[in-house]
Amino acid sequence: MTTPTRTAPTHTLRRVGLYAILVALALVFLIPLVWMVITSLKTYDGAQRIPPDWLPDPISGYGYQQILTNTANPVLRWFLNSMLAATLHSVLVLVTASMAAYALARMRFRGRGVSFALIVGTLFIPPTSLIIPNFLIVDSLNWIDTLAVVVVPGAASAFGVFFLRQFFLSLPKELEEAAVLDGANQWQIFYRVVLPLSKPALATLAVLSFLTNWNDFLWPIFVLFSPEKLTLPPGLGLLQGSYVTDYPVIMAGAVLASVPVLILFVLAQRHIIQGVSRSGLKG
Amino acid sequence: MADVIEVGAARGDAPPPAASAARRGAKSANRVGRATPYLFLTPYLVLFTVFGLLPIVLGLYLSVHQWDFQLPNRPFVGLDNYKELFSSDSAVFGDWWQSVRATAIFTVVSVPLLVVVPLGLALLLNRSFPGRTFFRAVYFAPYVLGVAVIGLLWRFLLDANLGLVNRLLGVVGLPADTPWVTDVPWAWISLVGVTVWWTSGFNAVIYLAGLQDIAPELYEAAKVDGASAWERFRHVTLPGLRPVLLFVMTTTVLASANVFGQSFLITQGAPGTETRTVVWYIVEQGLRNNDAGRAAAMSIVFALMLAVVSLANFRLFRYRED
Repeated sequence: MTTPTRTAPTHTLRRVGLYAILVALALVFLIPLVWMVITSLKTYDGAQRIPPDWLPDPISGYGYQQILTNTANPVLRWFLNSMLAATLHSVLVLVTASMAAYALARMRFRGRGVSFALIVGTLFIPPTSLIIPNFLIVDSLNWIDTLAVVVVPGAASAFGVFFLRQFFLSLPKELEEAAVLDGANQWQIFYRVVLPLSKPALATLAVLSFLTNWNDFLWPIFVLFSPEKLTLPPGLGLLQGSYVTDYPVIMAGAVLASVPVLILFVLAQRHIIQGVSRSGLKG
Repeated sequence: MADVIEVGAARGDAPPPAASAARRGAKSANRVGRATPYLFLTPYLVLFTVFGLLPIVLGLYLSVHQWDFQLPNRPFVGLDNYKELFSSDSAVFGDWWQSVRATAIFTVVSVPLLVVVPLGLALLLNRSFPGRTFFRAVYFAPYVLGVAVIGLLWRFLLDANLGLVNRLLGVVGLPADTPWVTDVPWAWISLVGVTVWWTSGFNAVIYLAGLQDIAPELYEAAKVDGASAWERFRHVTLPGLRPVLLFVMTTTVLASANVFGQSFLITQGAPGTETRTVVWYIVEQGLRNNDAGRAAAMSIVFALMLAVVSLANFRLFRYRED
């Protein structure tokens, strides 16, 4: 762009080439998702044709009707469970992580170094290696097959504390000092000054926590059993088990699980991308 | 966790920021209560202790016991659970090492692609042109979907008869009957390919942030010196990206080694149990076969293996720096 010596035709040619590559790649990323939607609108017979039809013929609500009416697979219930679990989970993460991060960023107290070192230390332990003992712990709390088991344990993750502490450290101290002069106590400073200033970081953490929880698969398939207690990911596994190659139904379930996070992604794209890129710079 | 607060309060010497407190006068001593930091920390510390620290201790404890969920007796067995993993006549030896092999294959094949492909995407996106944000979003989009969704989706897309992949291959005149999910090496290609499709956008976004941190002056200077595009990439971009590369390498190795959902849902371990991964085998041993002791020992051996790999990774990059 800043090379006036380059002739216009070369420039245009390069642009066209660039867009050709960009579009080709976009198709690679998007076609599978489009195919998911197309298949969800086929009939059973329509999806069994070899080779497969490019478009649904006829367009059918069969898949969606199956997942919404078959009581053996209460997909709507799973959807609500997932919504509730992911929402409660991100609230829990926001409340606990922001308070802890504020103390670690701004207060001096005994044990601060040790607590921070311990919290950071667990970032290096693969969470999957703690699944067996964590199963025993939630079992002894009688949490198996309850909502709490998919809401609470994940909130112990060190990421939120780490992420918010970093953000709080970057805030100018002057505003908090001014609040102190106005007679505010620590809680008021935190609640009235720091949190409002941290809205972007809090939004990022809320969205990332929601996504993580909504998508979690490994943990819920072992701690949730009753069909009416499942969240969507283990529910989709069940759906695959009972419908096997009845792809319109399975794809309708997959669409239902994708739509909320794709909407969230479109609305909060900036927050998600920023959260991800900041996590990289920290490393 | 109430005792933590009391301990802090009883010690009574949590130092308030001395200099500023003096400046603000006596009033602030009341405001920064001694218990305050602990009150702020407690909710998180309760969660962290119960679900972050306790499992580490409990895992170590389990690993030296024969611990069956169904049996009342859970005798201490010393290091037997560990020894079994390394003695070829034990019941778990074959399956355990098969799962290690599966995980190693997946990691070794997927990591280079997950480091290089996203870098390519990031370089492509790291210039200003109309639609940049749109394309970045499209490349990132698969990542916001969970493994359950992409697993089901690709199981279907890779179906030998009804799947879109073979259909498209047929259209361009290639063999259209590849058993993508039921036979090797196809199963490996599928698992790696799906993972690259699913997570490349994530690494690309991390690279993009790193690329934007490289000072444009460096590129200008290199251009003035007559460096070609490749030379600028080799001598400006790559060195500038080193910390980000290290981060991407380390996190990607860990993510790949922890692979579970893809093989659980797409190949379902096929053929046989050849694509069953370590994480899958551990949870199956511990939670399906009720053998928490052995599973805990496997978890610890696995965590140590990953630690060694991460350290090696670190050393490699550190050496290059010197």
